[in-house]
Amino acid sequence: MKIKDTVHFQWYKSLFVVFIIGVCFLGSAYVTDASLSEVFGNLDQMIAFLEKLSHPDFSYIPTLLSPMLKTLKMSMLGTFIGMLLAVPFAFLATTIATQNAIVTNIIRLFLNIIRTIPNLLLAAVLVAVIGIGEATGIITIAIFTFGMVAQLIYESIETIDLAPLEAAESVGANKLQIAVWSIWPQIMNSVASYFFYAFEINVRASTVLGYVGAGGIGVTLSASLGLFRYDRVSIIILSIFIIVLIVDALSEAIRRRLA
Amino acid sequence: MKTKNILTNKWVVCIVIIALLCFCAYDIDWSSLAYFSWGSLKGTLISLLQPEWSFFYNGSGEDVFSLMVMTIGIAFLGTFIGTILSLPFVLLASRNLWKHNTIIPRIGKFILDVLRSFPELVYAIIFIKVVGPGPFAGVLAIGIHQIGMLGKLFTEEMESMDEAPVEACHAVGANGIQTMFFARIPQLLPIYASLTLNHFEIGVRSASTLGLVGAGGIGATLIFAIQGRRWNRVSIILLCIIVTVFLLDLLTGYIRKKLR
Repeated sequence: MKIKDTVHFQWYKSLFVVFIIGVCFLGSAYVTDASLSEVFGNLDQMIAFLEKLSHPDFSYIPTLLSPMLKTLKMSMLGTFIGMLLAVPFAFLATTIATQNAIVTNIIRLFLNIIRTIPNLLLAAVLVAVIGIGEATGIITIAIFTFGMVAQLIYESIETIDLAPLEAAESVGANKLQIAVWSIWPQIMNSVASYFFYAFEINVRASTVLGYVGAGGIGVTLSASLGLFRYDRVSIIILSIFIIVLIVDALSEAIRRRLA
Repeated sequence: MKTKNILTNKWVVCIVIIALLCFCAYDIDWSSLAYFSWGSLKGTLISLLQPEWSFFYNGSGEDVFSLMVMTIGIAFLGTFIGTILSLPFVLLASRNLWKHNTIIPRIGKFILDVLRSFPELVYAIIFIKVVGPGPFAGVLAIGIHQIGMLGKLFTEEMESMDEAPVEACHAVGANGIQTMFFARIPQLLPIYASLTLNHFEIGVRSASTLGLVGAGGIGATLIFAIQGRRWNRVSIILLCIIVTVFLLDLLTGYIRKKLR
């Protein structure tokens, strides 16, 4: 390496990056009418709001238990359905299992498109198409999980040991047999670990799905916000926080044992 | 003997899973599916396949193009604020920067956990109270949420970094700030840049949903179109979001590969 290749002598490159970031920064500040004075000018508003939030209505907890449990159940079912769908698609999305680049690329494009749709928008569309209720939430979570987990699984299929595949192929196994007996045992543990990872993300996500009418604790949250019952809002936020913490800790513990 | 053990284990796991699923499915309200009809779904899908192209750009400032630009702006500014503000928390939460003190990193991590665990939508609602409905509320919501997300990832990178250059700097008598600038930052900068780009993309995705509560971006228009059952309009908006996120994914992926 010559001395002019070191960081200090490539200042024009760094300057270019800084320039681009600066232009983007000013551009987005203009587009979004950002003004710092507004933030500091209205800090008293925020303090007033936080003060209202700081008196949680603990007597509301018993009413919250049922929607909270529903939220957990919704994420459980949605994650499970999504996983069931994701596994076959993940196999189809690797050339290792299909030996066919065209199928693989089509499936991958499909998965990419599914993954780009934001969770809440998907819920909003599905609520309009199917109807308000918990079932819609489950379907939303299932589709979301499907996109996310299929990608994780096909990435882990790509890193497996190829020797068992060759062994199975040499004794005349077909593609399905290879997938079930050579690939699946190798990825089983990571699939189980992805299940808990996805469940964790889905619990987080499903707490707000109710906001668009897809069931769970979000319905209670949006109702309390609509009624300006900030004492209830704060206890709901608090319980979401606690549940997310518990689920995080649980899933991390299980995933560590699976690894 | 051993195979038998594994098999019984498998059955136990299967039964537990099925029992859990039955418990979950038992009192879920499935009634919304009762009104579901394939005919209406077909009608919806057909109109979803005919996007209203004229709505893409009509110069009114309320069209898909300008709203998408605004959404990207919200995500960029939010991620920018989040990245800058997360750095002090990273310094607070990294265990290897506090050699003789285990309490401060724990406090830092706890703050990051708290910031991360509230949904962005809740932040958006809070900031709408502060700065009024509009894109700036979305910027602040994404910014605060990104502090938690990026702060956690940055801290993990800081803790798993290679300590040898730091030790080398200490050996020639560098103080804390000097090791920061000459050993830690050069090593971490590409990783941090890559994570930030990734979260910019995630930010675009969440910025497009924040409009649902009135925090600017394309979400509000989408929800109005959905409530009015204007599927042609819904279709063009969704298409635009998907294409934008897809392109950003490719772009950030390309830059991140270069950074490695």
